[in-house]
Amino acid sequence: MQIPPSARSGEAAPDPAAPVRDGAADTAVSVRGLVKRFGATTAVAGLDLTLRRGTVLALLGPNGAGKTTTIEVCTGFQRADEGEVRVLGLDPAGAPDALRARIGIMPQGGGAYPGVKAGEMLRLVAACAANPLDPAWLIDVLGLSGATRTPYKRLSGGQQQRLALACAVVGRPEVVVLDEPTAGMDPQARRVVWELVSALRRDGVAVLLTTHLMEEAEALADEVVIVDHGRVVAAGSPTELTAGGDEQELRFRARTGMDVEALSAALPAGYRAAETVAGRYVVRGRIDPHVLSAITGWCAGQGALADDVQVARRSLEDVFLDLTGRELRS
Amino acid sequence: MSELFVPGTFTPAPGRGRLGRMLLAQAGTETRLALRNGEQVLLTLLIPVVLLVGLSVLRVVPLPEPRVNSVVPSVLALAVMSTAFTSQAIALGFDRRYGVIRRLAATALPRWLLVAGRLAAVLAVVVVQLVILGVVAALLGWRPDAAGLGWALLMVLLGCAAFGALGILLGGTLRAEIVLAVANLVWFVLLLGGGIVIPLDQLPAGVAAVAGALPSGALAEGLRAPLVAGSAPGIGPVLVLVAWAVVAGGVAVKAVRLR
Repeated sequence: MQIPPSARSGEAAPDPAAPVRDGAADTAVSVRGLVKRFGATTAVAGLDLTLRRGTVLALLGPNGAGKTTTIEVCTGFQRADEGEVRVLGLDPAGAPDALRARIGIMPQGGGAYPGVKAGEMLRLVAACAANPLDPAWLIDVLGLSGATRTPYKRLSGGQQQRLALACAVVGRPEVVVLDEPTAGMDPQARRVVWELVSALRRDGVAVLLTTHLMEEAEALADEVVIVDHGRVVAAGSPTELTAGGDEQELRFRARTGMDVEALSAALPAGYRAAETVAGRYVVRGRIDPHVLSAITGWCAGQGALADDVQVARRSLEDVFLDLTGRELRS
Repeated sequence: MSELFVPGTFTPAPGRGRLGRMLLAQAGTETRLALRNGEQVLLTLLIPVVLLVGLSVLRVVPLPEPRVNSVVPSVLALAVMSTAFTSQAIALGFDRRYGVIRRLAATALPRWLLVAGRLAAVLAVVVVQLVILGVVAALLGWRPDAAGLGWALLMVLLGCAAFGALGILLGGTLRAEIVLAVANLVWFVLLLGGGIVIPLDQLPAGVAAVAGALPSGALAEGLRAPLVAGSAPGIGPVLVLVAWAVVAGGVAVKAVRLR
C-alpha cells in the first residue's frame, strides 16, 4: 500500500491515543431542541444530539424520519426554525463558509459534473482545502482507479458514492458529515467505507452519519440516535440500546402447550418464559450456562426435548420495532 | 483491521484553499468540460465556423462586399450567445440535476467564487471562440479596423454579461430537460429573427424593433459599428445589454436554486 500523504506532510500530528476528552472543546456538534418545518409538515420536531471529537454518531431511522433535514441544518443548507445548533462552536446557518472550511460533507447521492472524471472532481474539491490529502492516493485506496476515464454520469451508484466520500474527507476536516454513505454499495465497497470511518474516528475526526442499516450503526457508531417522525425515540451506545441492561433471550422449540408459568417459577427470580407461537418458546433474562441447563432440565422433566436452542441479543432492529411498532425498512 | 489507512492519515488539518487556486481549479474544470462536450462544441464552435464560412462564401443573404466583414459581427454575436446563454444554461441545468452546485457549495468555496468560477469559464470559452473565429475570418480575407477592436471587445463583454445572466437565470431555475428545450429554441429563434444572421435593417420593421431591444440584436448591432466602420457602438445597444444584464442578474440572485 502507498504511503498516505499525511505521512509526508512533515507536520507533527497530535497523538491520537491521548485526546482531550472533556469540556466544551471536545464537543464537535451540539443540537438542542431542533425544530424544522416545511409548510405544514414538521420534518424535525425537537431533536437533541451531541457529537464529541473522535467519535461516530449514527442517526438511524426509516426514510422520512428527519435524518437528512437534521444533517442539512447542521451543515448550513437549511435554517432551523427553533432550537440551537452549534458545529465546532459555529452557527451553521450564520457562518456557512467559515464552517465548511473545517468540515467535510457527503450530501445524499453525492454530486459532481455529469461529464467529469473522478480524479478531476476530487482534485477540484481538494483545491478548495488548505492541506488536502493526495487525490490520486484517495482514488486508488477507494478502488476508483479502474474508473478514472469514465464520466461521472456513467459511474455505478456505488462508485459515485465512493467519489462523494472521497470529496468529504479529502480536505482533512475536523468533522465529517455523511448522509447515507453506503447506500447502493456492494458489501466489499461497504467494508472499505466502514474501514475509512473507523480510521477517521481513530485519528480524532468527529463523524456524523445517517443510515437505515442496522449493521452499519452497530458496526461503526459509538452512539446511535434512533429517530422517527422527527423525534429521538432512543439514544445510546449500540450495546446499551440492544442489551437493555443484561437483557438477552433464549428461544427454543418443544411440544406445544407446556406450562410457561411453571417454567418461569422454576427459574431464578426475574426470568420470564412465554410461548410466542405454538411450540416456540422464549425465555427473557440474562442467559448463563446455569440458566440454560435449568431450562433444558425442566423440559426434560416434562418429557420434552428443547430443540433448536438459540441465545440472542436484541438487535437494533428489535429495538426499533419495540419503540415504534414499525419495521425500520418499510 | 486498518491496513489501508495508517494512523494519522486523517488527523484534521482543515482550512480554506487559496482563492486564486480555487477560482483557477473551478474555471479550469468547467472550461475543459465545455470544450470536450460534443454537443456544446457543436453549438459554440462548429455552427459559428460553418456560418462564418458559408455566409461569407455563399450569396444567400444580400451583404455588402467584402461579405466577410459583415458576417463577422453576426457570427461573434452568435458565438457569445451560444456560450454565455445556451451552453451555460444547459450545463447549469444538468449540473444542478447531478448535484454539483451543492457539492461545491459544501466545500470551502465561497458562494461568490462559485459564480465567478462559472463566469470565468464562460469567458475562457469565448476567448477560444474569438481566436478560432478570428483566424478563420482572417483566412477569408477579414481585415478589421484596428480602431474598432477595443469597442468590439467591450461589446463582447457586455454580451457575455447579458446572455450570461439570462443563462444562469434559465439554467438555475427550471428542470434540466426544460432548460435544454428552451435554451435551444431561444437560440434558434434569436439566430434567425433576433438580428444575428439577418441584420436589423433587413428585418421587417416590427420584427426589427423587437429584435433591437433583445440582447441578440443589440449585441450584433453593437458589434457591426466598430467592426465594419471602425466607429464606437451606438448608446442604444449598450443600454439594452446593460439593462438585460442588470434585470436578469437581479432576478437570478433571488430565484436560482442549488438543485
